Amino acid sequence: MSHQNPSAAPLHTPGRAAGTLRAVLGSAAGRNIGLVIALILLIIVGTVTSGDRFTNVNNILTIVRLASVTGVLAIGMTFVIIGGGIDLSVGSVLGLASVVATLAAVQLASESFWPLMIIVALAVGLAAGVINGIIIAYGNVVAFMATLAMLIAARGFAEILSNRTTQTVRVRGFLEFSDGSFLGIPTLVWIFILVSAAGWILLNRTTFGRRTVAIGGNREATRLAGINVKRHIVYLYALGGLTAGIAGVMLTGRTTSGTSTHGTLYELDAIAAVVVGGTLLAGGRGTIVGTVLGILIFNVLTNIFTQNNLNTSVQAITKGAIIVIAVLIQQRFAARGVRET
Amino acid sequence: MITVDHKEPLLEVRGVTKSFAGVAALKGVDFSIVPGEVHCVLGQNGAGKSTLIKVLSGVYTPEAGELLWQGSGVSIADPTAALDLGIATMYQELDVVDGLTIAENIFLGHELSAGGVLKVREAHRRTRALLARLGHPDLSPSREVGSLSPANKQIVSMARALSRDIKLIVMDEPSAVLDSEEVKNLFRVVRELTRDGIAVVYISHRLAEIREIGDRITVIKDGRTTASGLLVSATPTAQLITLMTGRDVENVFPPAVPIPDAAAEMLRVENLSVRGLFEPVSFAVRAGEIFGLAGLVGSGRSEILEAIYGALRPSTGEVFVDGAPIRTGSVPTAVAKGIGLSPEERKSQGLILEQPVYRNVTLSSFPRFARSIFLNEKLERSMARTQLEALELRPADPDRAVGLLSGGNQQKVLLARWLVHGTKVLLLDEPTRGVDVGARAEIYSLIRQLSAAGTAIVVVSSEIEEVLGLADRVLVLADGETLDIRNAADIDESGVLDLVMKGSAE
Repeated sequence: MSHQNPSAAPLHTPGRAAGTLRAVLGSAAGRNIGLVIALILLIIVGTVTSGDRFTNVNNILTIVRLASVTGVLAIGMTFVIIGGGIDLSVGSVLGLASVVATLAAVQLASESFWPLMIIVALAVGLAAGVINGIIIAYGNVVAFMATLAMLIAARGFAEILSNRTTQTVRVRGFLEFSDGSFLGIPTLVWIFILVSAAGWILLNRTTFGRRTVAIGGNREATRLAGINVKRHIVYLYALGGLTAGIAGVMLTGRTTSGTSTHGTLYELDAIAAVVVGGTLLAGGRGTIVGTVLGILIFNVLTNIFTQNNLNTSVQAITKGAIIVIAVLIQQRFAARGVRET
Repeated sequence: MITVDHKEPLLEVRGVTKSFAGVAALKGVDFSIVPGEVHCVLGQNGAGKSTLIKVLSGVYTPEAGELLWQGSGVSIADPTAALDLGIATMYQELDVVDGLTIAENIFLGHELSAGGVLKVREAHRRTRALLARLGHPDLSPSREVGSLSPANKQIVSMARALSRDIKLIVMDEPSAVLDSEEVKNLFRVVRELTRDGIAVVYISHRLAEIREIGDRITVIKDGRTTASGLLVSATPTAQLITLMTGRDVENVFPPAVPIPDAAAEMLRVENLSVRGLFEPVSFAVRAGEIFGLAGLVGSGRSEILEAIYGALRPSTGEVFVDGAPIRTGSVPTAVAKGIGLSPEERKSQGLILEQPVYRNVTLSSFPRFARSIFLNEKLERSMARTQLEALELRPADPDRAVGLLSGGNQQKVLLARWLVHGTKVLLLDEPTRGVDVGARAEIYSLIRQLSAAGTAIVVVSSEIEEVLGLADRVLVLADGETLDIRNAADIDESGVLDLVMKGSAE
């Protein structure tokens, strides 16, 4: 039962400073402010512990360049999770896309055809996503299981195609593209920026984004409002697969090689960043800005640990703690949402 | 009828207040309950009934005021403390665990065991006794609760309360999920409990029920008791409504408007059926007409609406909108052709509670306001606001989360959705469920206005009186079979029930 009379209006304008602060922190933008504060704190820690080694431009570009691959995955994952789903297969699909792209490189008739590598990688990602989506939407298979199956199968498929070997990419055009930079910013970072910007527009300004949020908020109500929910779910996983294909191209470029083990466990990093970024794991609410901040927080943290020669086990424990704390804070604010009398 | 005056009160509530984030939900509630009575608590949505129940059951702790249990002051710190005193609560949203059996649910939290080993046979024996006492010896203690109907889940919930040593049982709108036969059984059980000296706090919107089962009434308005301990037999309905709403509500149903002879047929249903749910049904509704489907729970009335709307795939039959056949079994098609549905479960099937009002209003039409794929939220907001103002939603704030609105206002949001979309045929399933008495009259008059403006409306309600009051013609059905189509003016509630009883018997 909920409020009905106008006298209930003060609920939204508590008027008191504490209430206002709580309202701000409870809103999407407010949660992002919390993440910005966390990121600034980490940067201060990095500056204090490592000084110039941390703050120099090259190190900062390294952080963002390393963040960009999982960052692109996380943008796709944000849509899937807001829509009420989950995609465990993106890391494997990334590996498969990188293997297929390197195979294409070997087959190239001429070096000038190198963009074909990108096209096939994207096509592989898209196809895997569409298969996920069809199985989930029309086969009524739980997303967790359908994408877990794809995780296993895509990895196996990549192993067969690559014969479990690592293929080095020697196509000059591709390497120049992926290792290049524009305005002093590496190509990989540009890709991350463009994918994030496109994701932001798609989520906040288009009918696609509105449908995604609606389905995650209440799938049955959205269906009964006349929206083709199943078709949209296929699009969501297709989008997730496409970002896995893009990330496959990026990792192939960064490592100059394609292998079936590329992207192992990246799906978990992506999911962690999305959730730490304030997206509700149950769907219906989330932001692209939050996801980008989540990715940056994890990567700055990794960098600080590397700079100070701390071992990766301590790093893993810290990451785990951050995830738990972020989710606890989120739940605190989520509980202040809709309340009954 | 019990004589109230000479009994010691079982529970006295004195000046209880409770607020949330500075907003007072209870501003001072006083009443007392004596053993063996059915004490009804009446109030509009948002009056504070739910908060009061939660104070009695230990979910909330009051800020001021006192609770006297059998004459001495108590504080009910948590639900366990309430149960220890002897207060059990049956919530509206039934709090049974679907995955467990009936017996496991009943003894959840006070399992019968010897040295850590569950005494299953003993639990089953006691469960059978409880179910028999509640008039349901047919239910097996080992049956999984998830497979039960809402009515039977309620029986389980009641059996759980009785499995403890209970002196007071609080029932929050117990009849909301029941049809009239099941309500009769509920009343029989309630009478039996009170004969044993158990007191019942009974909460309901339905005044007719309160007349039938209640002994005394306490009315709450805006968190305050406006009247306490009124004798049901001595209090006219008009007075109760005035106490609840603070104003006089007369004619609840608006007068029917004659349908012009030239009015076009907007909806025609021919031999529509869904195997296992309802037999072939045919009817036609003209522009400006309200058509009612009357029948008990399980008669197939909601399923007929869902099949017209494409949410269920029909086994046979055709649906025509404005003279043209439409592809059946597809909701997007039905919506595109001008059919709208306001579903039975408003919160779970109709609205996205967390999202703002305007997005709920434009959920079926936002792509139309968009420029190619880009949303036009400004236009959406203004379209939503225009309709909400026309529907007198107060406040007509398009950015408010829809979950914060009352049942009546949520229903208006759904009506606004189809007004913005411009539907020709409106299917209303339980349009006033969870809507309080004051807001009901308003919803009825809006439905009549929509119809007068040329929309064909099909209405389904578990309250036969509502169907008859609203509709021009009614189709009576039982067990999925059409029994008759009559002019609403030519039949009354008992006439419908007669038809249904005869129909079911055949």
